Amino acid sequence: MARIIAGVASSHVPAIGAAIDNKKTEEPYWKRVFSGFEKSKQWMAETKPDVAIVVYNDHASAFSMEIIPTFALGCAAEFPPADEGWGPRPVPVVKGHPTLASHIAQSVILDEFDLTVVNKMEVDHGLTVPMNLLFGSPQKWPCPIIPLAVNVVMYPPPTGHRCFMLGRAIRKAVESYPEDLRVVVFGTGGMSHQISGPRAGLINSKFDKAFLDNLTKDPKKLTKIPHLEYMREAGAEGIEMVMWLIMRGALDDKIDEVYRFYTVPASNTAVGHIILENRRKGEGKRKHAGKLKHAAARAKLDVRRG
Amino acid sequence: MARTQQVYDDIPGTFVFDAERAKEGYHLNMFCMSLMKDENRKAFKADEAKYLDRFPLTQAQRDAILNRQYNRMLELGGNIYFTAKLGATDGHSFQHIAAIMTGSTQDEYAKMMLAGGRSIEGNRSKSGLDLPGKSGKGKHKAKGFKAEGKRKKSKKSKSKSKSGKKRSKRG
Repeated sequence: MARIIAGVASSHVPAIGAAIDNKKTEEPYWKRVFSGFEKSKQWMAETKPDVAIVVYNDHASAFSMEIIPTFALGCAAEFPPADEGWGPRPVPVVKGHPTLASHIAQSVILDEFDLTVVNKMEVDHGLTVPMNLLFGSPQKWPCPIIPLAVNVVMYPPPTGHRCFMLGRAIRKAVESYPEDLRVVVFGTGGMSHQISGPRAGLINSKFDKAFLDNLTKDPKKLTKIPHLEYMREAGAEGIEMVMWLIMRGALDDKIDEVYRFYTVPASNTAVGHIILENRRKGEGKRKHAGKLKHAAARAKLDVRRG
Repeated sequence: MARTQQVYDDIPGTFVFDAERAKEGYHLNMFCMSLMKDENRKAFKADEAKYLDRFPLTQAQRDAILNRQYNRMLELGGNIYFTAKLGATDGHSFQHIAAIMTGSTQDEYAKMMLAGGRSIEGNRSKSGLDLPGKSGKGKHKAKGFKAEGKRKKSKKSKSKSKSGKKRSKRG
């Protein structure tokens, strides 16, 4: 039986991808960001998931204004990196897991989540940047990846509650898949940022930190945050954080936070990252839980406020 | 038709890309999307006005595009992920567009981000209402934003828009 073992959340700032592609990761500005993911890469290399389900959003790459699916599940065998105007990112083609993806589609649709099945799709930085942050820059990605694209471009995106419940339905779907697979779910995007209009550049570290805290200990509280509050407090584009709730919904109620990183800024955005592990059945709190937590705190730049 | 007033219109310096703006800005955004192809970028750069004839844009949208008024484009239904493609076609970094939208120089904008970004304090609400916690009514009323190009004028008329002033004639 397949099961979800952990959830990872990470921002997917395009400039992080550009820094990797242009080999700027050692520059002090970027080193501050990348150093926060060193432990995460280690964790991922040790965890070795069989499949990753990656919740992300497309940024006018695969989807224009012609079709705007609220939830689009990638069921193809592969997903090439999109050309976002500077040529496709030099990252491996994403290999999917069509049988698990189709199984999830069938299961969640019968659970009344009417998602869109996508059999041809290119993936942009929204998906590939978190892959780099957690897997590094290998010749090929170490496991099959199932993309789940969420509309957060046109208002309204799905509510946080809806996202959380979709996560639950995905968990149920995974747990009814016969093959013995260990699955990690990614929630990407955020944290606070606004890149449009006269208020562009907005960062709200206080909101972000409370969001990270509650993601671990009280996610149901987060499901009650209305869209207005996300946009007001975390910026018009900060509403992307609803996608993290799909990841959280796919995990058990009780989880262990094993790592967290937060820094401001990367380009126009607050970078947030967290790793949450499900507890094994019959096991108590994981012994090493908390050991990695806040380990990179020293590496982060002073956030002048909040 | 005047834009339907929404609760989120109270957020200062923000044009929420909702279904109504998406409808109004469909062709503007699809024009931007067309710039993903190199041959289209070349055709646009060769004769911008002529290239825009391919899209049924309003005069206001055409003017905003030709004058690179990025806030105005958002107001007329543009979405930032699409309009950013116009900036990229001009060879500009995203922070260049951000600086235009925020009425600052690129250097000032970059410094603001390095210093932790724009503070939420004073930037929550135009009306000062509906704020969390202890913040009193009017206490967090938004600071003024520097305007890009013609926006100063249109800011004044924004408060009038509740009375049903036609959006497309503004600015």
